[in-house]
Amino acid sequence: MSEQFEPVIVGFTCNWCSYRAADAAGTARVKYAPNVRLIRLMCSGRLDPTFVMKALAGGADGVMISGCHPGDCHYIEQNYKALRRFLLLRRTLKGFGVEPERIKLIWASAAEGMRLAHEIDSFVEEVRKLGPLNWPTWKDDQHKAEPVMEVTA
Amino acid sequence: MSAEEKTPKEKIGVYVCHCGTNIAGMVDVVGVRDWAQEHLGKDGVVISRDYKFMCSSLGQELIEKDIKELGLTRVVVAACSPHLHEKTFRTAAERAGLNPYLTELVSIREQVSWVHTDKAVATEKSKSLVAGTVKRIVYNEALEKLKVPINPNTLVVGGGIAGIQAALEIANGGFHVYLVEREPSIGGHMAQFDKTFPTLDCSACILTPRMVEAGTHPNITLLTWSEVMNVSGYIGSFNVTIKKKARFVNEELCTGCGICMEKCPLKVIDDVYEAGLGFRKVIYTPFAQAVPKYPVLDKPNCTYFKNGKCKACEKFCPTNAIDFNQQDETLNVEVGNIILATGYDLFDAGKVTNYGYGRLANVFTSMEFERLCNASGPTNGEITLRDGKTKPESVGIIHCVGSRDKNFNNYCSTICCMQSLKFAHIVKERTGANVYEFYIDMRTAAKSYDEFYQRILEEGTLFVRGKVAEVTDAARNPGEEGKLIIQVEDTLAGKQRRIPVDMVVLSSGIEPRADAKQTGKLFGISCSSDGWYIERHPKLDPVTTMTEGILIAGCASGPKDIPSSVSQGAAAAARVLDKILQKEVELEPIRASVDEAKCSGCRICNNLCPFNAISFIDDLAVTRINPALCQGCGTCVAACPAGAINGTGFSNEQIFAQIDGILMAV
Amino acid sequence: MSEYIYYPGCSMESSARAYGDSMRAICKPLGIDLKEMDDWNCCGATEYLSLAKLPAYSLIARNLALAEQQINGSHTVVAPCSACFLNLSKADHYMLESPTFGEQVNEALAAGGLHYTPGKLTIRHLLDVLINDVGLDKIKEQVVKPLAGLRVAPYIGCMLPRPDYSNHYSDSEYPTELDDLMRALGAEVIDFPLKTHCCGGHMTQISPDTAFELIRRLISAADQFEADVIAVVCPMCQMNLDAFQGQMNQHFHTKYKMPILFFTQLIGVAFGEKPEALGFGTELVSARDAMQRIGVQIPVVEQAAAKPRKVEGLPMRPPRVKTGRKPGNGHKEASK
Repeated sequence: MSEQFEPVIVGFTCNWCSYRAADAAGTARVKYAPNVRLIRLMCSGRLDPTFVMKALAGGADGVMISGCHPGDCHYIEQNYKALRRFLLLRRTLKGFGVEPERIKLIWASAAEGMRLAHEIDSFVEEVRKLGPLNWPTWKDDQHKAEPVMEVTA
Repeated sequence: MSAEEKTPKEKIGVYVCHCGTNIAGMVDVVGVRDWAQEHLGKDGVVISRDYKFMCSSLGQELIEKDIKELGLTRVVVAACSPHLHEKTFRTAAERAGLNPYLTELVSIREQVSWVHTDKAVATEKSKSLVAGTVKRIVYNEALEKLKVPINPNTLVVGGGIAGIQAALEIANGGFHVYLVEREPSIGGHMAQFDKTFPTLDCSACILTPRMVEAGTHPNITLLTWSEVMNVSGYIGSFNVTIKKKARFVNEELCTGCGICMEKCPLKVIDDVYEAGLGFRKVIYTPFAQAVPKYPVLDKPNCTYFKNGKCKACEKFCPTNAIDFNQQDETLNVEVGNIILATGYDLFDAGKVTNYGYGRLANVFTSMEFERLCNASGPTNGEITLRDGKTKPESVGIIHCVGSRDKNFNNYCSTICCMQSLKFAHIVKERTGANVYEFYIDMRTAAKSYDEFYQRILEEGTLFVRGKVAEVTDAARNPGEEGKLIIQVEDTLAGKQRRIPVDMVVLSSGIEPRADAKQTGKLFGISCSSDGWYIERHPKLDPVTTMTEGILIAGCASGPKDIPSSVSQGAAAAARVLDKILQKEVELEPIRASVDEAKCSGCRICNNLCPFNAISFIDDLAVTRINPALCQGCGTCVAACPAGAINGTGFSNEQIFAQIDGILMAV
Repeated sequence: MSEYIYYPGCSMESSARAYGDSMRAICKPLGIDLKEMDDWNCCGATEYLSLAKLPAYSLIARNLALAEQQINGSHTVVAPCSACFLNLSKADHYMLESPTFGEQVNEALAAGGLHYTPGKLTIRHLLDVLINDVGLDKIKEQVVKPLAGLRVAPYIGCMLPRPDYSNHYSDSEYPTELDDLMRALGAEVIDFPLKTHCCGGHMTQISPDTAFELIRRLISAADQFEADVIAVVCPMCQMNLDAFQGQMNQHFHTKYKMPILFFTQLIGVAFGEKPEALGFGTELVSARDAMQRIGVQIPVVEQAAAKPRKVEGLPMRPPRVKTGRKPGNGHKEASK
């Protein structure tokens, strides 16, 4: 068996819908790819695009963002703002030379555990096809000392 | 605060749970424990333990002991979902004197051990998730819950049986309730029924005493013919705008004598109470026992409003109570909690074209049939065909119309099997006709329900197990002329049947209200994909929602029978009473605040808040956030280009550190 | 003029000549330009599809491949016969849904130097085009002789409302498209409960007893509801209900005389076209009486005199009824 490239993907979920969807998938013992590591936010609207940049710069090959379905946001309409940021972020990443397909936005309600699992699986395959990101990092220590390339708050 | 200022290092304790074999079966728990001790020491981990069941009292005591003896300043538990036990561990830490917000729970069960199949990979993932939370928790701050006062008033939306029950419970507890109902009278669908299963109690007889109690209770303000227009605020202090539509009747003067209704010359089809089967006058009360007794003038149909003539009601009213100039009133009320008991709508059986409802005269829906049976209905309780005269000699009752059906609604409407059996009994009792029931399964699962089914079987109703393919008037065989023919596969006999009957009753399913979604948005709660309101937990918390202060009861959250609706109304009331008695409620301290020194007054954040928590202080030219209104979503935190807004609990430092940890090489 | 690629199928110029003629007669005033495609072949009807899926669909797809080559402005293929329409639709739909299947079909087509790109063409039935592209308003405008007083049972058959890939029909059990069209012509439309029930299809050949019962149901229901004519949209339905009505009557000892007309024939009459130009007189159950009711005279069609049989050997009485089966194989004679 040849060594298959296993992408590392960071996932941001909102506390009310998509994190509960992940819990629902777990309770139902639905199996899905282990490549995604989830970070809980209260709302998809909390997603600062710098989080995505930090994740990609830190070694992730892809980022998945999930929130409540439009109209169902626990905070009424903040998922729309997440959508706006996501669209602009994709264009920005393109400018950086990063394939915009490396980030994905999905809506998942608290009951959609099965669906979330499917989405994770298909996203992992998509990123696998794109290959490792290999975000360039400074190789020698001299440059590493200066925090110029670090993305900070 | 930047990274440098955060050292001196915290003392972090890591606790990895086995959860029996739930986690340990797929994750090398001891391996994770050792790894944390070895590799996260530089981040502050001073002790790393594993235990079979962290949530047990012994598990919790482990944490408490370490806090006291090792002076831990942060606690990370790797176990199940925070939605389950975050509170447990936070409370344990608090008992040992550590601020609860310095304890985090990371899920390696729902998100790792239960969903992956390779132990090595699952262990690696668990290590990175633990690393993420350890690095994050360094930046956690000690937070205090916000306490807000609870306004002891309550709003109950919907005057059906669930709403009435809830209102009475709270009112009897000594607190004030505003009961808002869209129709001219309270009572809901239960007021339309004839008899209720399984006792065959007369529906109105058991409902009306409750209605009268609610109508005369000193602690209940009844607002019928009214709708909620706007809700703002948060638990403990909601501000609700209610529109009281004009009745065109002065409630102070009206005595409920009913002369206006008698003298009104115009009849219209009553689509609501009589389910389209009967008539009412233009000025009307929906039924004789209406509460309140004041009639309502139906303006769109009124001759006076259309062309200035008539005014018969005004002429004959002995107390001059008719007021054609009455205007809609708007009221603002302050309440601490809101209960939504808005009920259901009947599935439109016309959608199932092969059953011919709307085309074939003698096909009736369940609600139409209830009105036929009801003594105060259009036929005074006589069961007749659509001509209003002929008694049927055979009746077919079809179950699951629009329910358990991929083409319409997937779910089971719960009450129709019992309702169909009830109909069978009433038909046999009053007409002696042959009754056929066409079912898929018999769902008679509650107390005395199955006994009722046995009774109906003994009464001689015939049951055919099969989903009816078609109701047609095209006769094919002798004996079918002039009848409605039910074509069905009798699955138990293994043959097709064509059964000619005089009358067909469709047990239509029940659906969420047509405007349930809009109503939900008004109150800030969501609907499931079927349209029912979503409860906080389907098993353990069926009457609260994800929004604090908004509760749901009755069919608004899903199909259920009368006893369940009553129970839910009472349960919601109990919750509200417990909040009122505590006098204040604690709010999670996850909210945003502006560092005014960093704010440049760009106002990008100002329009982002749906809770109106963000305001601009003109003279200082900075933005300020009201911590009581802020719900903690963090959108403004993400939007601020200067990073001037701090989001407690989910700050940028915390998230960045968590990303670092998650991506750490393990 | 709206242009369409026209796929006639086997019956439009032969057994369903009336459909073909009446269709042409009404297309001009409605601005429909049907350009017959070159070198089309049989659509496969029904039997082949149940025997061998791949060759059957390759046969059908050959038409699609040729039509794709003959696209000239219009991407829409109009098939007036319901079975042809459904077969072409299914071939396109299955090739699109299952790329593997599509590749296999294209491999077969390649042997003839052809290729079809699934989804390239839109396949529609003539009724669909009249209702959705032309529109009832435009049709109403052309009506000079409203069919007032004529009671029509609209029989849309089973293949248009189901599976209805394009979602053009209002309901799969009770579609109202044909009803609305007939109403637009001024006819009195009866609420025909069996409008989507089976006409028997090819059962007339395979199991006549089954077919006769299905035909009887439809005719007797139309009769029950006092229809003057049944309007159909498919040559197979027309043949079954019309050509086999006599045998059905014999089988059941009934005396139904229900004329079965194509909807285009009725549209033609309403547009004031001459009945001869619309194929009237070719139907076996005569529509004379029904049409007379609304003042339309159908000319009598000359019946060819029977040729005298040359008697060889001993004289023999000719057989009474043709059943389609060889006599003497134990099957009950329908003539009893």
